[in-house]
Amino acid sequence: MTNLDAKIPEGPIAEKWTNHKNKINVVNPANKRAIDVIVVGTGLAGGSAAASLAELGYNVKAFCFQDSPRRAHSIAAQGGINAAKNYQNDGDSTYRLFYDTVKGGDYRSREANVYRLAEVSANIIDQCVAQGVPFARDYGGLLDNRSFGGVLVSRTFYAKGQTGQQLLLGAYSAMSRQIGKGKIKMYNRHEMLDLVKIDGKARGIIARDLVTGQIERHSAHAVVICSGGYGNVFFLSTNAMGSNATAAWKIHKKGAFFANPCYTQIHPTCIPRSGEHQSKLTLMSESLRNDGRIWVPKHLKDVEAIRSGKMKPTQLKEEDRDYYLERRYPAFGNLVPRDVASRAAKERCDAGFGVNATGEAVYLDFSAAFMRYGKEKANVEGIENASEAEIRKLGQGVIEAKYGNLFQMYEKIVDQNPYETPMMIYPAVHYTMGGVWVDYNLMTTVPGCYCLGEANFSDHGANRLGASALMQGLADGYFVLPYTIGDYLANDIRTGPISIDSPEFLEAEKEVKDRLSKLINNKGVHSVDYFHKKLGKVMWDKVGMARNEKGLKEAITEIREIREQFWKEVRVPGSLNEFNQELEKAERVGDFLELGELFAMDALQRTESCGGHFREESMTEEGEALRDDKNFAFVAAWEYKGDPKDAVLHKEALEFKDIELKQRSYK
Amino acid sequence: MDLILKIWRQKNKEAKGELKTYEVKGVSPDSSFLEMLDVLNDDLVNKGDEPVAFDHDCREGICGMCSLYINGEAHGPDRAITTCQLHMRKFKDGDTIYIEPWRAAAFPVVKDLVVDRSAFDRIMAAGGFVSVNTSGNTQDANALPIPKDDADKAFDAATCIGCGACVASCKNASAMLFVSAKVSQLALLPQGRVEAERRAIHMVEQMDHEGFGNCTNTGACEVECPKGISLENIARLNREYLSAAIKAE
Ligand SMILES: Cc1cc2nc3c(=O)[nH]c(=O)nc-3n(C[C@H](O)[C@H](O)[C@H](O)COP(=O)(O)OP(=O)(O)OC[C@H]3O[C@@H](n4cnc5c(N)ncnc54)[C@H](O)[C@@H]3O)c2cc1C
Ligand code: SF4
Ligand code: FES
Repeated sequence: MTNLDAKIPEGPIAEKWTNHKNKINVVNPANKRAIDVIVVGTGLAGGSAAASLAELGYNVKAFCFQDSPRRAHSIAAQGGINAAKNYQNDGDSTYRLFYDTVKGGDYRSREANVYRLAEVSANIIDQCVAQGVPFARDYGGLLDNRSFGGVLVSRTFYAKGQTGQQLLLGAYSAMSRQIGKGKIKMYNRHEMLDLVKIDGKARGIIARDLVTGQIERHSAHAVVICSGGYGNVFFLSTNAMGSNATAAWKIHKKGAFFANPCYTQIHPTCIPRSGEHQSKLTLMSESLRNDGRIWVPKHLKDVEAIRSGKMKPTQLKEEDRDYYLERRYPAFGNLVPRDVASRAAKERCDAGFGVNATGEAVYLDFSAAFMRYGKEKANVEGIENASEAEIRKLGQGVIEAKYGNLFQMYEKIVDQNPYETPMMIYPAVHYTMGGVWVDYNLMTTVPGCYCLGEANFSDHGANRLGASALMQGLADGYFVLPYTIGDYLANDIRTGPISIDSPEFLEAEKEVKDRLSKLINNKGVHSVDYFHKKLGKVMWDKVGMARNEKGLKEAITEIREIREQFWKEVRVPGSLNEFNQELEKAERVGDFLELGELFAMDALQRTESCGGHFREESMTEEGEALRDDKNFAFVAAWEYKGDPKDAVLHKEALEFKDIELKQRSYK
Repeated sequence: MDLILKIWRQKNKEAKGELKTYEVKGVSPDSSFLEMLDVLNDDLVNKGDEPVAFDHDCREGICGMCSLYINGEAHGPDRAITTCQLHMRKFKDGDTIYIEPWRAAAFPVVKDLVVDRSAFDRIMAAGGFVSVNTSGNTQDANALPIPKDDADKAFDAATCIGCGACVASCKNASAMLFVSAKVSQLALLPQGRVEAERRAIHMVEQMDHEGFGNCTNTGACEVECPKGISLENIARLNREYLSAAIKAE
C-alpha cells in the first residue's frame, strides 16, 4: 500500500488555486495549434472542456456514443445548479458552499478540490448567462434561486425542471461554434473501447464507429475522459439507458486507479418499479420534498387493505398514518439528506409497510400543502368562507404552477392522478460519487490522461448534495482543466503529431477486435440483458442501500460467477461491421461485470458507514450511519492487476485542516 | 395484451427496406412503448434473429433520441410527449401497430428505425450560438436584467429537444420549427440579440443546403412537437431573416 500524492498546492486554502494558476506552465498560442487533445464524452464536463480547449487553440477531437453531443445524459438533470453568488443576501459565501459540500459528503472528500469548486462556482453562472442560458428570473429581471436539501441558504439556479438541458445546450452551442470553425472535430456515434499508452503516457484511443462498425485509431497528446457515472451497474437506475462505465473502466485497466467505487447515491424520490418489464427508473425531483409529506400506514392491517384495493390511502385517518421522517428527524423532517431519507423508506418497507403490490413504495402526500397554499390564496384573493373543496382546488393550482411538469410526468407513467391521490415513491440508484482517481490537476495516475465530471471521484465524498453535480461538471470543464492541462502539455510542444501506426496502437486495436469477435462468435443462449439484470439484482440486494460482510462476500462470488457465465453463454446477434446495438450493450455489460466485483470489494473493505455507504455493522444505537474517522478517513484507490479480485488498494489520507470532523446529525 | 406489429426493417442506408410483421404477447399495459419493443427484441435474440434497431437513451422525454413514427404519427397517438413517454395503455388488446422511422431526405435511415439527424448539428454549427468565449471573465450574471416575460419566452423556445418530429410530420420535411426555436431563444435575450440577424441567415442557409423543404405554414409540426414549440417562433424567424435580407441588399 502506497500513499498517493494528490499534488495539492501549498498555502492557505483560499489562495491555493490562484497561486497554483500563477505558477504552472502555460503553452503559448502558436504552440497550442500543434497539440491535439481527445475528449471522450460531451456532457457538461466533456462539452465544456472541448469548447474551452478549442477556444484556447488546441485541436480537439470529441467523442460521444449518441447521435449528437446534445444528447449526453446531463440533459436529464432537473432541479438546478449551485453557485455561491449570494444574490439572496442570505449569508452565502465560498466558504459556506465549501463547508456544506464537505459536510454533505460525510467528510470523505478532498478539501482543496472542494474549495476550488466553490470558488469558481460563481463564474459558471456568469458564463452560462453570457451564452444565452435562460435561467429563471424574477419580475425585476434578476436571476431567481431555490433551495435544496442539506443546506440553509438559497443558492440553486434553475431553469424550471430542465436545468441540465439548458446548461448542456449552452455547452453544446459553445462546442457547435468551434465545430463550425473546424477547431473541434466531432465524432458522433463513436464509442471509445480502449486507451493507448506510449512510453507510459496516454497518447490516444481505440474507438468503434457505431454506424459502420469500423475500429479506428485516434492519437493525441492528451486524453480527457468525461464519460459520466456507472449507476447502471445496478441495471435499474435513473441514468439513461446508454450510460456506462466502459471508458472509465478501460483506462482503469490501463493504469488509472479507481477510487471509492462503493460510494453510490440512492435517491429517495423515484417512481417505484411497476413490474418485470421495467427498463429504467424515473426521478421525481428532490424539490418535491419541500411540499410533500412522506408516510406509510401505522398498522399492517391497513397496509393489507390498501394493497388489496379495499381502502384508498385518502380514506386512512390522520392518526393511523406514520409520518416516519417527521417522527424520527423532527429538526429536518421530510428534508433530511438523500441517504437518510432513502434508508428510512427501506426500513419501513422491509418491515412490511410498503404500500403497493411489490411492497416497495411509500406515499409522498401533497394534501396538507394543497390546503396550506389554498388558504393563503383564498386570503390573498379575498375569498371569504371558501369551502374545503374550494380551498383544496386553489392550493392545487399553486402546486401545479410549481411542479406541474413533474405531476404530469408521474401521471403518464403511473396512470394515477397525483392531485387526487398521494404519489408513490421509492429510492433508486441515481449517482455515483466514486470514480477514476484524479489529483488536484484532474490527472489520473496515467500521465496525460485526465478525468472530469461524474466519471471522476473528486468532490462529493461519500454523498453528493443536490445541484452540485452540474456545478462540478462545468467547473471541471470550463475553469479547471483548461489551466491544468497546459502544465502537462507544455512539455509536448516539440513532440509533433503522434503516429497511429506504432506497435502500441496496433496492439490495442487488435485486442479490441479480438474481444469483440469473441462476443459475436460466442453463439451463446442468453441475451445481454439477461446477464445485466442478474448482475443488477445481486448489486441491489447485497451491495445496495444496506450492506454487511456476509452479503458482500456472497456478492463477490456471485458476480464472478455471472461474469464467467456471461463470457460462455452470451448471445450477440448480427456482425461486427454494422450498426449493432446488442454488441454495444455486450461490451458495456462485460465491463460492468468487472466493476461490480471491485465495487463489492471496496464496500467490504470499508467497515464503517459513511454517506451513501451503509454498513449494518457500523451504526449508532438509533440505527444511524456511524463513521470511523480513525481508520477510514482516506480515499480508497484501487490499482488493476489483471483481474478485479487481485486489485491492490492504495490510500490517499484525507486531512481536514479547515473543517472540523463531526458526526452528522439531522435530528 | 397481444399485439401485431408492422415494423420497418432496413439493413443499412443503401439497402431497400420493407415492413415486416411480428407478434408480441402478454404485454403489460403499464409498460412503455419502448419496453414493449424490448420484449420483442429479447424474443428475437432468443430465437437467434436480429433485434429491431431503434434510437433511445434517457427514456424520460428529454434527450430527443427516440424517434418513432407510430400509426402515421410522429411519437405516436398521445400529445405533448415523446415516444419513450408513450405507454401501452393507449392501445387495445389485439391492435395492429405500424412502426416506421422518421421520413425525410435530410434524415437518411441508418438501420431499421434509426435515422441520421446530423443535419441538425450542422445547422447549429452554422450559427446556433452566442460568440462568447468561456473565459470566466464575462460580466456578472445580474449586470443585465432581462424582463421576465422575455426570459420565459426564450426558455420556452429553448426547450426544443432536437428530436426531428417536426420534420417528420411536415409534408415538405421542413426544419423551420427547429431552426426558429433556436433563433428565437437567442434573439429574445440581450446576449444573443447582437448577432440575431446574422444567425438567422446562416442557419437558414444551412437548412436549405441540407435538403429540408420549405415551410408552407400547415402547422403540422406544432401539433406533433412533444415540447409544444409554438409557430410564433417561425414568425419571429421570418422577421429576423427578412430584416437581415433587406439590409444585405
Ligand atoms: C435524472 C437525473 C437528474 C439529475 N438532476 C441533477 C440536478 O438537478 N442537479 C445536479 O447537479 N445534478 C443532477 N444530476 C446528476 C448530473 O446530471 C450528472 O452527474 C452529470 O450531468 C454528469 O455529467 P457528465 O458530463 O460527467 O457525464 P454525462 O452527461 O453522463 O455524459 C457522458 C458522456 O460520455 C459519453 N460517453 C460515455 N462513454 C463513452 C464511450 N465509451 N465512448 C464515447 N463516449 C462515451 C456519452 O456519449 C456522453 O456524451 C441528475 C442526474 C439524473 C440521472
Ligand atoms: S421543434 Fe419540437 S418536434 Fe422539432 S425538434 Fe424541437 S422538440 Fe422536436
Ligand atoms: S429516449 Fe430520450 S427523449 Fe425519448
